[in-house]
Amino acid sequence: MEVGILAFSGYIPKSRLQRSEIFKAHAWFNPGLKGLARGERAAANWDEDSVTMAVEAARNCLADQDRADISGVYMASTSYPFQDRQNAGIVADALNLSSSLQTLDFSSSMRAGTSGLLMALQATKGGAGKVLFTASEKRQTKAGNALEMTSGDGAAALLVGEGDIMARLLGAHTESVDFVDHFRGEENNHDYTWEERWIRDEGYMKIVPTAISALLDKAGINAADITTFCFPVAARNVAAGLAKKTGINPDAVADNLQATVGETGSAHSIVMLVQALEQAKPGDKILVASFGQGCDALLFEATDKVKSAAASLSSSLKNGRPESNYNRFLVINGELSTEQGIRAEVDKNTGLTTHYRNRYLAQRMVGGECSKCGTIQFPKTNMCVNENCGEIGTQEDHPFAEKIASVNSFTADRLTYSPDPPAYYGMVQFEGGGRLMADFTDIAPDAELSVGDKMRMVFRVKDYDNKRGFRRYFWKAVPLEDTQKGV
Amino acid sequence: MASGIKDKVAILGMGCSHFGERWNDNAEDLIIEAFVEAIEDAGIDKSQIDAAWFGTAIEEQHVGKSAVPLSMALRLPNIPVSRVENYCASGSEAFRGAVYAVASGACDIAMAVGVEKLKDTGYGGLPQRSRGAVNDLFWANASAPGSFAQLATAYSAKHKVDAKDLKRAMAHVSVKSHENGSKNPKAHLRNRIDEDKVMNAPMIAEPLGLFDCCGVSDGSAVAIVTTPEIARSLGKKDLITVKAMQLAASNGREAQHNSWDGSHFVTTRAAAERAYKEAGITKPRDQISMFEVHDCFSITELVTMEDLFISEEGRAVNDIMDGFYDADGKIPCQIDGGLKCFGHPIGASGIRMLYEMYLQMQGRAGERQRKEDPVFGMTHNLGGFPHQNVCSLTIIGKEGA
Repeated sequence: MEVGILAFSGYIPKSRLQRSEIFKAHAWFNPGLKGLARGERAAANWDEDSVTMAVEAARNCLADQDRADISGVYMASTSYPFQDRQNAGIVADALNLSSSLQTLDFSSSMRAGTSGLLMALQATKGGAGKVLFTASEKRQTKAGNALEMTSGDGAAALLVGEGDIMARLLGAHTESVDFVDHFRGEENNHDYTWEERWIRDEGYMKIVPTAISALLDKAGINAADITTFCFPVAARNVAAGLAKKTGINPDAVADNLQATVGETGSAHSIVMLVQALEQAKPGDKILVASFGQGCDALLFEATDKVKSAAASLSSSLKNGRPESNYNRFLVINGELSTEQGIRAEVDKNTGLTTHYRNRYLAQRMVGGECSKCGTIQFPKTNMCVNENCGEIGTQEDHPFAEKIASVNSFTADRLTYSPDPPAYYGMVQFEGGGRLMADFTDIAPDAELSVGDKMRMVFRVKDYDNKRGFRRYFWKAVPLEDTQKGV
Repeated sequence: MASGIKDKVAILGMGCSHFGERWNDNAEDLIIEAFVEAIEDAGIDKSQIDAAWFGTAIEEQHVGKSAVPLSMALRLPNIPVSRVENYCASGSEAFRGAVYAVASGACDIAMAVGVEKLKDTGYGGLPQRSRGAVNDLFWANASAPGSFAQLATAYSAKHKVDAKDLKRAMAHVSVKSHENGSKNPKAHLRNRIDEDKVMNAPMIAEPLGLFDCCGVSDGSAVAIVTTPEIARSLGKKDLITVKAMQLAASNGREAQHNSWDGSHFVTTRAAAERAYKEAGITKPRDQISMFEVHDCFSITELVTMEDLFISEEGRAVNDIMDGFYDADGKIPCQIDGGLKCFGHPIGASGIRMLYEMYLQMQGRAGERQRKEDPVFGMTHNLGGFPHQNVCSLTIIGKEGA
């Protein structure tokens, strides 16, 4: 059977920072930023990182898929929360996947997204079974740097394997060139970037056409037959220039989402591929190229199945909320140190034994179902919560993460420490049983919550342990309506 | 069938420190202040105390663990001393230990001491702290006001009470307690306020504003108990005895089972039924003379008056606005200012509530003395959150009543 893309999805965080606000703050120092001060960039919430965004994209991707036969979870990013703890492993755990699978992190280059995808396709072609591939980025950008304006946070996920594929791989080519347009060394949080004109003329315009021509030659396809050309670079006219140089139709150049999202780093090639697939007609030929110490070029052809795909990326794009508070963006991204109060000093150390023993509770959100009375509860405990049952040892695993809940009670708390007060939380009650006093997240400042509102759960950072560099994740409730806008 | 505690134990003496911001006193100093008053009131020597119970909740902020800090503070002669902790009901737990010890015959005279030193954190409100290693993995980032605030949203939704009307009734609860607290020389907060001030105060956790929240205080309270016979042999007359003492702890129904709507306290209702039965009280609204309830937040007091079966369910707003619980109302609630204004040094609060009952029943409450002679007084000491808590109820009254 043919190997290809079985499902795809994208996730863009809700908050969209207005670039004009960034410019306002830095115009005194660098009036030249005005040229970039248009549109908005997607900004992850304080409790989102590349792992949580990857999980969210993956959940959409797997919505109609059987999770049991996934044999690998790959992730690409250059902004991993952990240097040594497999990030794809956290994604797999949050998705409540079997332990019998391969997990792998791809990194160290802006083309980690395409390289990882190619590896996933090759692995599945080699008989590896279905591989879930995620690419996610929350790039740390220095305040006032152009990258702060042109970057955005986001993720995408693809399920690759045999079966009812929505797109087939027609060919691929990689050029590896140690062309250092920018870099981030071990001791640094931020990228160091060389002159734009040099990158364009000697980098993009020389290395990328080489890769594209080699790919088209191998695949036996004419450049003029390309329907969609995805090239994830923020700089204007680069993709168009490449199209012109390689003979790709100018109309085929895909929107780089600079006006609404920004460049999502190593994930952006995959985000753009997902956008192309969401808009594709059967037979469309989609060329994705990405640049970073060389160039990957991949050519896909959409199948008839592409028509039935859900449009999670475009729904996520429409679900944005304009944000004009640049200070909040700086603070939650650690670019501005502000007073957090003594309450913020509480030690968030996590017992790794406690964490591992309770991983089904804390990362997978698996509760229990009593095999005697059928009561569903969270968390799972060894004695049934039903007062009329109370049976011991009858709890069977019962996953909660995909359940819809309704609000029983809630508050907006300005006393407890939160990186983004007020802290919203409340009792939510799940359809079919079980409840949780849950943190809420992504609540708009003008939100009007009510008892009875429907909520869905999202995987987020619960606490940062800045002293030790650890962070623990858990699930939080978001208003269901917000996540479905534009669907 | 257990016969219950009624009239088996009498209060021999009580003491209570000034509550408030006791910047210059350690917890041990507060204990001594309350103890001196109690031992003088009891008219006994320290050596006559057979055993003591020590209630405190957030010991890492002051005395540290165990009963040793109490035994050392009061130089107790190597008698049995137990440290008890049960959230904000820790003081009532100490009292329960002492009362049961006397009732069992194990002790002739026993003492309950509660203390808390909360004003050493560097900020207002209760200390932000770990909830336990496993709970920290999944509990919401909840504060006390945020947890209790949710009673209001659930109550409004259930009883279709307009949020504004509810907020107004909550404001009346606080105004009443400030009025009462102004007459209490030991109270933490003694200023009078009006409803508009409550309604317009800065928001802490919606819909609870600053004046919907009780004071966070330093303080200590002490009770010395014995049998009615011994009390009489020591020359005491018009004894005040324990009529009922009930505790109910959440079992996870509220937090994990979908049978609770979030608008009331499951534990309070369970404990109240048992307490009235133990005390032989059949019509609490007619028989209880006064209440000291756990008004950590205005909304807590409001729903508690229904959970204690005094106001009909959904009707507390009306009783409150009618002045039913005012100092000169049918049944005064928090005649000493309550947690709201007397203050809330956690471990001391349960015993402080009894202290006020005890003073009122002896006619010793000064400016705030109730004219109608109180017969039964009921205290309600709650620990934890609405969705998982312990509720301790005590009824005391005149011997033979």
